Amino acid sequence: MSVVEFRIDRRSGVATYLQIVQQVQQALRLGTLVEGDRLPTAAQVAATTKVNPNTTLKAYRELEREGLVEPRPGLGTFVSRTLARPTSAADARLREELRAWMGRAHTEGLDREDVRALVNSVLQERYPDG
Amino acid sequence: MSDPSPWAIEAEGLGKKYRGGWALRDCSFRLPAGHICALVGPNGAGKSTFLGTATRLVQPTTGTLKLFGVPVSDPAVLERIAFLAQDKPLYPRFTVAETLRLGRELNPRWDQALAERIVRSGNVPFTARIGTLSGGQRTRVAFALAFGKRPELLLLDEPMSDLDPLARHELSGLLMAEAAEHGTTVLMSSHMLSEMEVMCDYLLVLAEGRLRMAGQTEELIPAHLLVTGVAEGDDGVPEELRRRHTVIEARITGRQFSALIRPGGPVPDGWETLAPSMEEVLLGYLRSPDAPGLIADEARLDGPGKAAA
Repeated sequence: MSVVEFRIDRRSGVATYLQIVQQVQQALRLGTLVEGDRLPTAAQVAATTKVNPNTTLKAYRELEREGLVEPRPGLGTFVSRTLARPTSAADARLREELRAWMGRAHTEGLDREDVRALVNSVLQERYPDG
Repeated sequence: MSDPSPWAIEAEGLGKKYRGGWALRDCSFRLPAGHICALVGPNGAGKSTFLGTATRLVQPTTGTLKLFGVPVSDPAVLERIAFLAQDKPLYPRFTVAETLRLGRELNPRWDQALAERIVRSGNVPFTARIGTLSGGQRTRVAFALAFGKRPELLLLDEPMSDLDPLARHELSGLLMAEAAEHGTTVLMSSHMLSEMEVMCDYLLVLAEGRLRMAGQTEELIPAHLLVTGVAEGDDGVPEELRRRHTVIEARITGRQFSALIRPGGPVPDGWETLAPSMEEVLLGYLRSPDAPGLIADEARLDGPGKAAA
């Protein structure tokens, strides 16, 4: 049985193959897909979502190009690398610092949208076009 | 047998004239094997006539049609294709098991296990008479018959039109999964444009008997833009739009124009642009039968050689 099921949003304006790529990447980050897992076959994806099999294969080729999965002839497409990182001490410390920063923002009178705009602008500065 | 042809369908100058006029005219294109292709057009556009010529039910007036390199004039073509007509003609007094036996006796390449699996996965009783089945069940048995034949090309005329949403979803999934499993090339006519968008990777658009668009969806659809801007000039559509781009359809609302175009170059900053969905592009072409058509290189008979696998 396959480990993940794709959800295709026809109104999102994002190409279908890209939605599959992004959902696999997300599952890898969350750890719902790990190294060695088999991705559903194009026929399985077609049965549940009606997505054209060539679209699924195109998504898998893209994931292969990114080094995240590898096809094993006759067996299917398998996850070859995982993206999830174990939560480290550094994560916890950064989270605490961010919490303190948001506390200050709150006392300065910034509302939710102000904070979001600020975070996004710094995010864009450090990690352009994420 | 010789090398299999990479083209499931090759039509050259195909036309059909009835007493009332041309139902299909000067239709030339090719469909590479392995695609799921939508055949789209308003009623009376020539879709059923085309499906008729591909299944030897309609004798073309002009031109030739080849399926996997075999001319349709050769009866040998029949064992490679399956056709499901819109009304899914099955014998109402036959049981499901008898219907499958009919398929077994009449088709040399029959796959009984596959046909039975399709019937069983829908919990359709083998002893039930066809006439007592629901629309969804009947369509499932018709699919079992079509796939049991192990065709290389499956032709479907409005396969889901009479089904409720649940049966439609289930049978679309079945169709896609079986086609993927066996590498079947599928050509289906449909009016359900938004559903075709995920299912199909190839498009044939007919209007008034002529071919308006042919090619892979991922090539055809992104070749279009929806543009809106300030209306100007005599009829509201800016001169520059007509000069530099191919306008498929344009509309004026108050001081604003909106148009579906095939851009011939960069679009000026003053205009808003949006990437259209497949449905929006198709509607544009169907509303404007006189707009210039778009046949992708790959779909042209004189296009680049073999299809990339």
